[in-house]
Amino acid sequence: MKSSDRRSIIEGHDLTYEYLHYDDDGNVDASYRALKGVSLDVKEGQFIAILGHNGSGKSTLARQLNALLVPSGGTLFVDGLDTREEKNVGAIRQAAGMVFQNPDNQIIASVVEEDAGFGPENMGVPTKEIWERVRKALKAVGMWEYRESSPNRLSGGQKQRVAIAGVIAMKPKCIVLDEPTAMLDPGGRAEVIRTVRELNRTDGITVILITHYMEEVIYADRVLVMDEGAVVMSGTPREVFSNVRALKEIRLDVPFVTELADRLKERGVPLPDGILTVEELTEELEKIRHGDQNRAS
Amino acid sequence: MEIRIEHLNYIYGLGTSYEKKALDDISLTIRSGEFIGIIGHTGSGKSTLIQHLNGLNRASSGQIFVDGKNIYEDGYPMRQLRFRVGLVFQYPEYQIFETTVLKDICFGPKNQGLSAEEAEGRARAAMRMVGLDEHYEGKSPFELSGGQKRRVAIAGILAMNPEVLVLDEPTAGLDPKGRDDILGVLKQLHRESGITVVLVSHSMEDVADYASRIIVLDKGKVLYDDIPAKVFSHVEELESIGLAAPQVTYVMRALRGKGWDVSQDVTTQAEAADEILEVLRKAGVKC
Repeated sequence: MKSSDRRSIIEGHDLTYEYLHYDDDGNVDASYRALKGVSLDVKEGQFIAILGHNGSGKSTLARQLNALLVPSGGTLFVDGLDTREEKNVGAIRQAAGMVFQNPDNQIIASVVEEDAGFGPENMGVPTKEIWERVRKALKAVGMWEYRESSPNRLSGGQKQRVAIAGVIAMKPKCIVLDEPTAMLDPGGRAEVIRTVRELNRTDGITVILITHYMEEVIYADRVLVMDEGAVVMSGTPREVFSNVRALKEIRLDVPFVTELADRLKERGVPLPDGILTVEELTEELEKIRHGDQNRAS
Repeated sequence: MEIRIEHLNYIYGLGTSYEKKALDDISLTIRSGEFIGIIGHTGSGKSTLIQHLNGLNRASSGQIFVDGKNIYEDGYPMRQLRFRVGLVFQYPEYQIFETTVLKDICFGPKNQGLSAEEAEGRARAAMRMVGLDEHYEGKSPFELSGGQKRRVAIAGILAMNPEVLVLDEPTAGLDPKGRDDILGVLKQLHRESGITVVLVSHSMEDVADYASRIIVLDKGKVLYDDIPAKVFSHVEELESIGLAAPQVTYVMRALRGKGWDVSQDVTTQAEAADEILEVLRKAGVKC
């Protein structure tokens, strides 16, 4: 199915958001425009990555997606529901679940399975079905065997997977992850990203991943790059990472391999743009090495 | 100053059902002026180890000698040691509490017994070291970005004039720009003032680019203690303990696998590019 045939799960048009600062009398004395006209269209089942350095508006945008914040201007529809309508908030939060950076701030229960069941319980799901959902969710993130453990005794990556299970148990159509791996070690990071990709591929859950780690982005269907409250680049990972210089200008990283390829190109090695993986780089370098040898002989 | 650790063991919750050996027979020496990276996955004992370096944690058994003196001996000036070994904790910005940047940085030197004037002098010098100019002095630390707050926290430690600066994951949670800023500050400090730097991280890239010696911890033991190139040659072992080698190592290995004569000891991107160009030129490619 072509992505253009799919239904939009998130449709934002010319979104703006202003943070307001109030003085002691409750009057607005300062404001900061964190989003300056962002438009986006995410189809069901897509894997979208959002890049941008701190202060670029990524998290403000993410918080709009489940109506934690509502637009100051423009419109945002999540699963067809207008986020500015108070009555839609419950349904929107159920459709778009959110996972935050710090695993310790998201775990509330003293037993893993109770934590994963907190969301559906709050939604009023019947008890029997809650346990069924918890079972499925914990299995999906590979934490079923820890169901009776205390979350305190889990690693960071495991805690984040429990947090993701808690979101999945609410059966969302879309999961928004705001730097879910920023506080994890490489092993934990790999666990979380593997889990998220798996959910996207097998269950068709739409994923919106906000991250600083370029290596996590290369599997996305589409990458949005944000700077100063606006989307400044958008495309497939290969398209976006072809602009090494433009990304560096807004002080973003590119994947190590892409950067190395760019450095080699600058020094005259005829490599194509947008190399993303070690395999691609070695393959292209091999072609160059052998190609020229053949011509010389 | 030299810190020599001999057969250090540390057990959490001794005598309880949660008893856990966090450090297991650690022996190593930190020499004056080194830039050391300590890596290991969560729970490997990194933080526990560095909290021994200034006597914050007391070993269950084993000894620590600072410039040859046993710090566990009665009468050892432990308070002085805490000033000499400056420890920057994880997420140090959560420990900022003063109303202005300058006041916050003055807290440490004032505690050392310096006059307000001397403390401010130290604080201003420390701000320059971390790249915060005067106009930050009167700002509330809470108006600053995450990376800036972290620099304030580091300046607070530097203002105590430590001989060894120990940082526990100083780049965790920062964006690439914030990370480069902090690591750049450390590199410059190390070069210009000769301070010993001990950097705890799980980012191989950070450690590969900056440290001249890497200590890998696993389950409370020292698994490797060597120059970066040597440590990163153990790719499989690093992966099996939840770590990874830096990307550059994977590129070089893949090329060697295809018969390229490139060095395995490369740890930076510039070195890697040179090695690749060398092979291409030898193969007759004009570049």
